[in-house]
Amino acid sequence: MKTIVKYVLLDLLRNKTILVYTFILAVLAVSVLSMSGNSSKGLLSLLNITLLFVPIISILFATIYFFNSVEFTELLLAQPIRRNAMILAEYTGVAFALSIAYLVGIGLPSVLLNYSLASLTLIVSGVLLTLIFTALSLLIFVLFKDKTKGIGAAIITALFFTLLFDGLLLSFIYSFSDYPIDKPLLGFISLNPVDLGRILVLLQLDVAVMMGYSGALFKEFMGSAIGSVYSIACMSLWILLPLVISVRKFRKKDL
Amino acid sequence: MISVENLTKSFGKFRALDNVSVSFDRGNTISLIGPNGSGKTTLIKSILGLVIPEKGMIRINNTEIRSNPAYRSQIGYMPQIGRYPENMSIAQVVSMLKEIRKDCTSYDEELIDGFGIPAIQNKTMRSLSGGTRQKVSACLAFLFRPDIFILDEPTAGLDPISSELLKSKIIKERANGKLILITSHVLSDLDDITSHIVYLQDGKLMFYKEVEELKESTGEEKLNKVIATIMQTDYLKVHAL
Repeated sequence: MKTIVKYVLLDLLRNKTILVYTFILAVLAVSVLSMSGNSSKGLLSLLNITLLFVPIISILFATIYFFNSVEFTELLLAQPIRRNAMILAEYTGVAFALSIAYLVGIGLPSVLLNYSLASLTLIVSGVLLTLIFTALSLLIFVLFKDKTKGIGAAIITALFFTLLFDGLLLSFIYSFSDYPIDKPLLGFISLNPVDLGRILVLLQLDVAVMMGYSGALFKEFMGSAIGSVYSIACMSLWILLPLVISVRKFRKKDL
Repeated sequence: MISVENLTKSFGKFRALDNVSVSFDRGNTISLIGPNGSGKTTLIKSILGLVIPEKGMIRINNTEIRSNPAYRSQIGYMPQIGRYPENMSIAQVVSMLKEIRKDCTSYDEELIDGFGIPAIQNKTMRSLSGGTRQKVSACLAFLFRPDIFILDEPTAGLDPISSELLKSKIIKERANGKLILITSHVLSDLDDITSHIVYLQDGKLMFYKEVEELKESTGEEKLNKVIATIMQTDYLKVHAL
């Protein structure tokens, strides 16, 4: 398994898309951080960049990569390799490459230019989102036989979590505004890894006080150590569940 | 060496293999032929464990293949379409497979030298032509000295010299007592190397015969003529196969 991870990485670190992705993230990070005097504002912009780019790029790139390496997967599976090992090795390779791109592009500038607990939280949240959306694309690869349908599903998944979900959330808040919905809201938000990532970082910033009553509730719950552990645990589940389902489904998949 | 019993596989409503039973012995070169969609590739992939059949059993050297991937170390597989990670060089692909197959220490590099791979080994897979990729696939199939070769359209896309080289390698391995399974549409390429023919149609095994026997009963010398005669006349009915 290590061998496969190593060679997938060797291949991906020379991949042009990964290099361009790293470069664009780095340019954005450096310009945003050096432009604004207020470090909190800079980080907020970086957070928005992370939440906008990381899910869609990770899921699209990984889905296309998994579908394009079907023949290679086949060739390796004709060797005495277990299916579980093969698919997890591919996941690890792709997730690692995308994480390195994020760490170099956003992580390095924010640590060098603006070292704080909030920056570190942003990096953790970005890497977790990379791992989550790569895991989701593995699931898409296992469930769909056709590459075009797979890419379509990847786009819909990314849009759902970055845009649609928040719309649903807003309508939920709006229609139940007469009831005490803060606690159900917390549960609801756990269903969206992008929101979890956002809240994890926001609560390390001063802007959390601007979020009103529910903001205060979140601050009380999520801002505490237990809250951070809770959201990281939820995000880890978002990595593990798709992976476990993928491995199980892949055992029976016809190549 | 390989025995297949009552193998059935459907994709949705389409029956790719319908209750196929057949067994292959060492020292033979067996050609799987049949029209497109007749189940040749599905049969091969079932043997390799890439397709999971819904019914039936496959044994290799009397061991059932299910769930234990170790048997695949005895098989050298050359896929119909070889696609590799774009930025890997040929040398990297070869050394990756060698690292995966640590159990094997002596390599058969005859084809690697024959195809002149060392001269181009630092080229990336992306920059290679279809034929060169095909050569790489062929080299990998033979590299670990397996007992069984499964070659899916091996000569498609190869230039005549390379194609001859591959064919003579196949003949040589057969003489060493190996079992070779080939699918091909280019019947003239199979002429001098095949010992048996398996004919599949609509997922059913139509016949499994020695080439000599087929040549005698049809009165033809060339394989493509033999097959054409079989297809045109009611050979199957007459000989009650």
